[in-house]
Formats: sequence, structure tokens, C-alpha cells
Amino acid sequence: MGLFTELRDSISRVVDRMFSDAEPKRIGIYGPPNAGKTTLANRIARDWTGDAVGPESHIPHETRRARRKENVEIERNGKTVSIDIVDTPGVTTKVDYKEFLEHDMEKDDAVRRSREATEGVAEAMHWLREDVDGVIYVLDSTEDPFTQVNTMLIGIIESQDLPVLIFANKTDLDDSNVQRISNAFPQHETVPLSALEGNNMDEVYGKIAEYFG
Amino acid sequence: MPEVTPGDSGDGVQIDLISGARMEGLTSMEKIRLILDGVRDGNIVVLEEGLSPDEESKLIEVTMTEISPDEFNGIEIETYPQSGSANQGFLGRLMGKESTKKLTVIGPANQIETLHKDENLISALVSRK
Repeated sequence: MGLFTELRDSISRVVDRMFSDAEPKRIGIYGPPNAGKTTLANRIARDWTGDAVGPESHIPHETRRARRKENVEIERNGKTVSIDIVDTPGVTTKVDYKEFLEHDMEKDDAVRRSREATEGVAEAMHWLREDVDGVIYVLDSTEDPFTQVNTMLIGIIESQDLPVLIFANKTDLDDSNVQRISNAFPQHETVPLSALEGNNMDEVYGKIAEYFG
Repeated sequence: MPEVTPGDSGDGVQIDLISGARMEGLTSMEKIRLILDGVRDGNIVVLEEGLSPDEESKLIEVTMTEISPDEFNGIEIETYPQSGSANQGFLGRLMGKESTKKLTVIGPANQIETLHKDENLISALVSRK
């Protein structure tokens, strides 16, 4: 991409943000499969609107379409922050239908699920390039954060100049290690939480208001 | 010794080492096509200078559209984390300081497995088809 095209795009993004304060920011919830993105999206949506965003599952790629919950109003320190939450399919560079067979799925269903999963990942990447104003990057704190998908996605988010918060999820599990995530991405703020149990949600909402308000 | 041609590599694994100069004049889609054509033939592609974040994003997107059951499961890709990337925002790019130079290894997902990865070392196991 040429310097002038990049310059024009960057200025356009800055101007868009300056004049779009009245509009709710679209916050994309990104991360690898099974990090707890939908559990988090549902927790936020239920806490502030009473509705859920989508079904949760331990089977990877349960979310195969980006889902948006509009006008989620979060109150913090006497002011209200309005955001649209976009729950996105888990990003990966590979999908093998045989993995779904291990979850007691028939071959036809597994193949269909894998096809939908690939479409979902492509859609999530498109949203990231075109349609989100900020990113919540969710990681399973029991897993090694030094994966290629995490490295690439954080790099892609940084290259878009998008504000990003890293959420170290599943702190209710014994082998959770939040420090490992902080060490892997020291340039970003890491917030520990358990979306399933609702642990540390006060800090989560405080940070969302601070970063995306 | 007989000459080995593409597709005639017997039990071996073909490795394509692509220089920065070879990639320099290509558009994003030409780069992605070059990589995926090689990987879909079962080759390991090593890029001297890697891809930009935007190209990596498009590589994931195009890879997803090409995954096909029992034929192509996607890719494994390895690069070192981009150190100091947080400091290369708008001003860095304005000053032309953006750098994407990072050795990148890409292979078929069913043939390459990461054994270890940190800021300075990537160890991978490459197997035959």
C-alpha cells in the first residue's frame, strides 16, 4: 500500500472517530476458538440488557457467524458508555472436520460445521479490517498465549490503530496463569476474569468504559 | 544423479525459500497465491521477509475459503512476534518506519507442527504427507 493511501486511510480513521462520538462504538470480541468469547459476550449483554448474544459450547467453533448486540449501555462512575458488542467466531488458520467427529458428531454434520466455521473465520477477519472501532481480545489463561494466531491477530489489530484490551479468561480454573499472558503482550493491558463465574466483572466494565467510552 | 522436479520429490519434503526481492514486486494477492499454491502442493514455504499484518489477515481469509474436507485443512504459519510493534503506529508509518521483515514459515496444517515457540526461537516438526 502506498504511503499516500495509508496516510489518507489513517486520517480518515482519526476523523471518523472524532465525529462519531454520538454513535455507539462497535467493539469486536476476538480470540482463538474456545477462549470464552461468547460466554463473555453473554455475560456483558445479560448484565446490561437482560438478553444473551448466542449459545455457548465446549465444542470449538460453536460461533460461526459474527453476532452483534446493539446499544449495550454500561454505567461507570456516573457516566454511561454505549457500545455495540460484536461476538466473532474464533480465529484459526486450519479447520479439520475430523476434530468434530471426536465430539460424537456424524460425518455430514462435522463437514457442515467445518464449512460454516471456515466461512465464520473469514467473516471475522473481514469485520476486523472494516467494521470494528475497538477490540477485546479474549484468551484462555490456562493455555500458552504464545501461539501464531495470537501473535498475528494482535499485530493486525495494532496495524489498524484500534484500541485493544486483553482479557485473561477462565481464572476460576486451577491452572490459570494470568502473568504468562501479561508477559506475552506487555504492550497491552491485561485484565483477569472468569466470564463463566462473573469474577472481576467490576474491573472489566471499568476498563471497557475507560478504553472504549 | 537424476534431476528432481516439482511433484517428483519421492519421500522428501520440498522447501521453497523465497527471498524478499522475489516478493517485493508482487501485489498482496499475488503473494498470497504464491504461498498457497506452494503449500497446497505439499511444500514448506519460507519467506525471508514475511508479510504485512494486512497481508496476514488476507492470507487467513483466503485460506479459509480454500479449506476442503479430506483435501486441504489449512495452513500452519510461524513467525517471531513483532517486537516493538506497539510503537509503530500512525507516526511510524508516516515516517516510513514500518517494517514487516520477519522470517516466516508456512506449511500444510497436516504436515507441520510447532514444538516450541518464544520471542527468539521457533522449533517445528515437518512430516511427509
